Parts: sequence; structure tokens; C-alpha cells
Amino acid sequence: MNSGREHSAGQQVYAEPNRPTPGRPLLFDPNVCNGCNLCVTVCPEDVFIPNATKGQPPIILYPEECWYCGVCVDDCNHPGAIRLSHPLQQRARWKRKATGEHFRLR
Amino acid sequence: MSANDRHLWPYPIRYGQTDTHETDVLILGGGIAGVWAAISARRTGARVAIMEKADTRRSGAGGTGVDHWGYAADNPCSTITPEEMTRALVDNHFGYRSGISTYILASSAYETLLELESMGGKVRDTEGEFKGAPFRDDKTKLLFAYDYDSRYCIRVWGANFKPLLHRQCRRLGVELLDRTTATALLTEDGEHGARVVGAMGINCHTGAFVVVRAKAVILSTNRPQRIFTFSSEHRGAAAHRGGSNVGNGYAMAWRIGAEFTLMEKTIRSPFASPYSYPTYGTGNALNTWYPCTIVDANNKEVPWVDCNGLVLATVEERCHPAAGQKFFLMGGGNASQPHPGLKQYAGPKLIPDLEERMRKGEFTPPFYADLTSMPWYERKAIWGLMVGQEGRTRVPIVQTYEASGFDPSKDMLQTYDFLRGQGMREFMMPQERTFGEIGVAGGLVTDWDLMSNIPGLFGAGDLLFGSQDHVNAATTGRYAGARAALYARGAGLGKLGAAQIESEKNRALAPLAEMPDSIDWKELNFGVARVMQNYCAELKNEELLSLAETWLADLEQNEVRKVFAGNPHQLMRALDVMDILTCAQMIVHASKARRASSEVLSFSRLDYPENDPAEWHKYIVIRQDQPGRVHTSGRPLGFWGPYQPNYGPRHAENLAAMQAGPAPAMP
Repeated sequence: MNSGREHSAGQQVYAEPNRPTPGRPLLFDPNVCNGCNLCVTVCPEDVFIPNATKGQPPIILYPEECWYCGVCVDDCNHPGAIRLSHPLQQRARWKRKATGEHFRLR
Repeated sequence: MSANDRHLWPYPIRYGQTDTHETDVLILGGGIAGVWAAISARRTGARVAIMEKADTRRSGAGGTGVDHWGYAADNPCSTITPEEMTRALVDNHFGYRSGISTYILASSAYETLLELESMGGKVRDTEGEFKGAPFRDDKTKLLFAYDYDSRYCIRVWGANFKPLLHRQCRRLGVELLDRTTATALLTEDGEHGARVVGAMGINCHTGAFVVVRAKAVILSTNRPQRIFTFSSEHRGAAAHRGGSNVGNGYAMAWRIGAEFTLMEKTIRSPFASPYSYPTYGTGNALNTWYPCTIVDANNKEVPWVDCNGLVLATVEERCHPAAGQKFFLMGGGNASQPHPGLKQYAGPKLIPDLEERMRKGEFTPPFYADLTSMPWYERKAIWGLMVGQEGRTRVPIVQTYEASGFDPSKDMLQTYDFLRGQGMREFMMPQERTFGEIGVAGGLVTDWDLMSNIPGLFGAGDLLFGSQDHVNAATTGRYAGARAALYARGAGLGKLGAAQIESEKNRALAPLAEMPDSIDWKELNFGVARVMQNYCAELKNEELLSLAETWLADLEQNEVRKVFAGNPHQLMRALDVMDILTCAQMIVHASKARRASSEVLSFSRLDYPENDPAEWHKYIVIRQDQPGRVHTSGRPLGFWGPYQPNYGPRHAENLAAMQAGPAPAMP
């Protein structure tokens, strides 16, 4: 998802702290999500806050506290609005038996 | 807008304000044990409130599902009795497992499942999806797991059980105090060790202080976690239990003088490393993946053996007891115990000398779980029913993996534990241990009412030094709810101690003040974990444990006051870590008190090297007889007495009382 930030000479740049890693446990599709905040309600770790702009996906305020349990995805009434994204170091791999090809979680 | 931008806190801030509630039975922790306790207490007619730090709909370690309803010896197809089941489970832990919670589990698991079915839970293969499978009973349409002869473990479609239980709580009129973390128990007139008369907490969104008066209180909070291992940024995906499960109930009960036992037992865990793969998300042959075939890099099958060491030729043979065995406990080898258990209950497993044979060149890593070669009904049961309904598997494993193209009929999921030569475990440093992330772990000492030594304080679920699973939580919660409600009938509202409330309010809100040398909650958690790694890990002696005491006390005196919370969410986390520190201290106290090594407790004292000497084959019980002073005593194994004479009359009384209250609503 494009954060909206671009780069060009002379642009305003902020002194930012590092972001938590992994920083994107969940990916929202803003075209599907209607900002109902059901995921905010059910999250057992309370990682979200509602977006200040009504109708927009919630903010993942504490991504490093995500348990990757998936109830936000499971309970969401808008299929495709939220997708779980495992940390890169924890993406399992598998082999197709017939061909010997190797794959990994994307 | 991203998380990196600054956001105004979206909820009204109510620091310093106090909300008061009153109820008959107050339940602390609204996970599986808590909601079952609420339902049964409410069914007796009692007023009931749940204080839950998350949202009751999905909270708790079992909130995302359950796939096997274990130890249901009371189901009509079981060939073993609840008494046999209980004895096997207690004996398999050499006596170090609560016979009370285990007997409640084995005697009422099926009865509890039927109540869940009446709420709309799917517990039978009503569509005939598994017709023809050897684990299906065609008369009842129940599906069984592991041992297809004894049939004590039922496969269920449990991914939506928690929302059903939550709905039932709402229908019955249970008061849900969601997003409120319990921080302390109230005792009669604030006196240490006196009857419990309620609890206090903090609203995790508003910061309001909450006081609930109650006639009885049930602790149904989870076990301590993050005692030995903590990673601020890489823990969620690997953790068997969520970050909100930190043992709040242990810390709260300890502070008022409740008795705990087995707190010295900590183990190397296959799940505790922050770097592990997602639980159930890699190839293995254990638990939810039982009895999956494992193959090496050349598709060579790793043989299975029974408890007598005989090689099993077929997949089918992995699901039946060995010659001379009446039944086996869950097969696959036991990842949750530091010792192999008793041979008489051991199930089939992969050859134990795989590592050796791999080093000789007989097998070539890496290894894979080969669902493709399994009979259709086993493949479908493991991937889709078991992995799919089990907690934290429907979305994170099945949906996510399939979206990346994984097909269980074509693909073999890699296993990582073999690759590192550690048998069934992923590689871990010896100091990376866990208190009870899995298996039997220490907890609250109770009587047959599930009441502790503190009058009015009951326990349910994970903190009963018994099983750690969903069904244990459900059955003991259901039982404790009725016992607490019956107790509450004869108990008035107690006298609150104004000083106790004021003192807790000050303690709980203290992290909101920022100081020049403030630290955040994570740093304190790292500090506690480092002390435990260095001084209370795999090898222990008096000197190391004394240093653990010293340095934990140092953190308590010098770092706790520095912890800063910038909003109510961070305040919850800060208070959590203070409870983690208290739980770590409990573990050290208990470790000092057991002056003998114990192989069966994975407890090694360098200064007392003899393993399990007869005089130390007992429970160590610790409590604070006054604030800050630890009292230690011993209890013989089996101190709970005979099973049915204790359970039977209470169970009958519970059922009669539950029929008298509001009827449970049907879906």
C-alpha cells in the first residue's frame, strides 16, 4: 500500500524514530474497508485505534503487540478488507511433492 | 496517516475518576474459563459480572478456537472411565498435577460440550463429511482423535465457540466490564488473608479506576508469560498465548496471601522462543497434526514406533494402543513435558533416534509433513478441521497459507525442528525457558469447591496447576461458577477497606507520571527476563537463587517506579509487567523452597543433585502469611483425597442449582 510519501529534492523531511519491526502485521484495503471498527472492538491485544477520519481503516497503533491470531480478519464483515501478513522471518516454506518445487508464504 | 504519525487518544480520559459496581459473583478474566463460570453462576440466579482486559467476544488463549475436546471420558463412546482418565493423567505427571481439576475435566467434558451444542456449537459430523473414516461413530456422528479405540477425545468445529459463549453471556444478562484490567483483590476491611469482597481494576481505554464489590470472586486469568523470554518486536506470531496473558491472577492472589504450588516448575518449551514459527504452522506430527507422516528430503518416510519400540507399518496403526495397552494418552511424543511420561500411557511416535540416524546418513534433512500421502480422511481432519478450528489457525495458518498457494493434497510443509537436530523441539538456549506456556504448570491451591485458602476466592482454568487446554478451562469454569454462586448465597457483601482502595489507586495510576529517567514497560520486562535467565534457569543453586531474589527486589525498588505510561493502553501493559515481576518472584521463592532436583519437574539444583528423592516427592506450597513474608509448607501427593465422593455430591448440587435459575436461551 502506498503511504502517500514521495521523494523529491528540497522536500520536507521529518526526523523520525525507527518504526517497530515487524511493522505491518495486517494490511487493509481501503477500497473494501468501510471503517466500521469491528476489528478495533474484538482485537484481544488492543493494537488498533479508530481512524480519526470516519470511514477509513483503523490505525495499527501497536503493530509489535499483534498476536497474529486473525480474529480481526475472521470477524470482519467485509471480505478482503483486512489481510494478515506474517513477519518475514516467520513465513513457513513448503515443497510440491510431484515437482520438487519450493514455495514460501507470501 | 500511519502509526508513525501522532494521534490524539481516541477515548475520553478519566484518570483519577472511580466507577463502582456491585454484584454477587465477580469473574476476573473473561476467557474460556471466565465465560463458562459466568454462564453457570448466572444460571443459578446469581448476579454476575466479568472484568476482562480485552473484549469478551474473542479474548483469552482459547478465544480463537478449539479443535479437539480432550479427556471427555464421560462421552457415550469412551471405553475408559473418568476415574481411569484422571489417574492416567495424574500418574503420567508422577502425581504433580491437580487431581481436582483433572477429575472435573474428565467427568464433565462431554456434559459441557452438550451445553455448548445447545448454544449452536457444531460438535458432530451432521453433514456426513467424514463418512467412512475410522474415527467416526456413525450412531452419534461424533469424530474422535488420537486413540480410535478408547474414543475419549472428540474433534469439534470450535473456531466460533467463544463468540457463542459471549452471546450466551449477553442473553443471560451477565454484566461485561470489557477493556478493564483487574489489578488487585479487595479483602474484608483491607486485611491481609481475609475474605475476598471484590476487586479493583483500570479501564484500558479511559484510565478510570474501577471498584467492584462482590460476595465471591473467581480468578480465571491466564498463566504468567514472558518470565524468561521477551522480545519487544518479535513475539506475537510465535507465542502460544497472547500478550495480554501475563498471570495477573497469580500476582493479585499472591499479594493477599493465597496459596500456590508447583511454581518452581519451568520447562524448555517448543513454543516459547520469540523466533519460533507460528504455532501449528510448520510440519510436525504432534497434537493437532497427529498422526501426520514425516518424510525426509528424498521423500523417505520416517518410521513410527509404538510404546514397545515396534515399528508400525501403516498410518492406521498409529491410532490404536499397543499390545497390552488399554489406551494411550495423546500420541506423537509429548512436547509439553520435560520427561517422556509413563510407558503404559505412551502413544505411537516417530523413531526416537532420528537425529542419530540422520547423522549416519540414513535420512537427509530437511524434513516435511506429508499430508499428500495420508488417507483422505486424515488429511481432511488435520488440515481444515484440526488445523483450522484449533486456536489461532483458521486465519493465520489455513487461510493465509492457502492464499499463498499451499495445497495439502500436493504440498509438503517443512519442519524445522529436525533440521537443527533437536528432536521435536526447535532449538533453544538452555536459559530460554517458559513457565507454563504449555503443559502442566504451577497454580492456585484449591479445595473441591475450587476455592482457595482465602474465603470467597475461587479459581478456574489455567491457574489450577492442571491441564492447560480449552476443555479444562470450560469444565472448571463451569464448575467454579456454580460453586461460587452457591457460596455467595450465604455470604453478604463485605466491608471495604478505604486505605486498601486508596493505596491501590495510587499504585495503579503511578506510571502516568513521567520522570527524567523514565523507562517504558518493555524495558522492565527485559530486565526481569534477564534476571530469570541468569539466576533461575536450567541450573539452579542457593547462591544463584538468592541473587535472583536480590536483583528482582532491586528492580521492584528502583525500576518499577520509573515505568511510564503515556495512555491507558500503556498503563495496562505497565501494570502487566509489574505482575510479571511478582510472578517471577513467586517462581524464585518456590525454587528456593524445593531443595532437591527433580527430573519430572525439569528442576535441577546443583547443590541438591539427587533426582526426585522420596522425601521430596511432594507439593511445595508457598504463600505470604503477611505482606512481604513467604511461608512455605509441603503437601503430600494426592492431598485432594478420593475423587467421586468429593466430586459427585457437589456436581449434583451444581446441576440442581443451575436448573433453578434463568433458562439458557436457545439459538
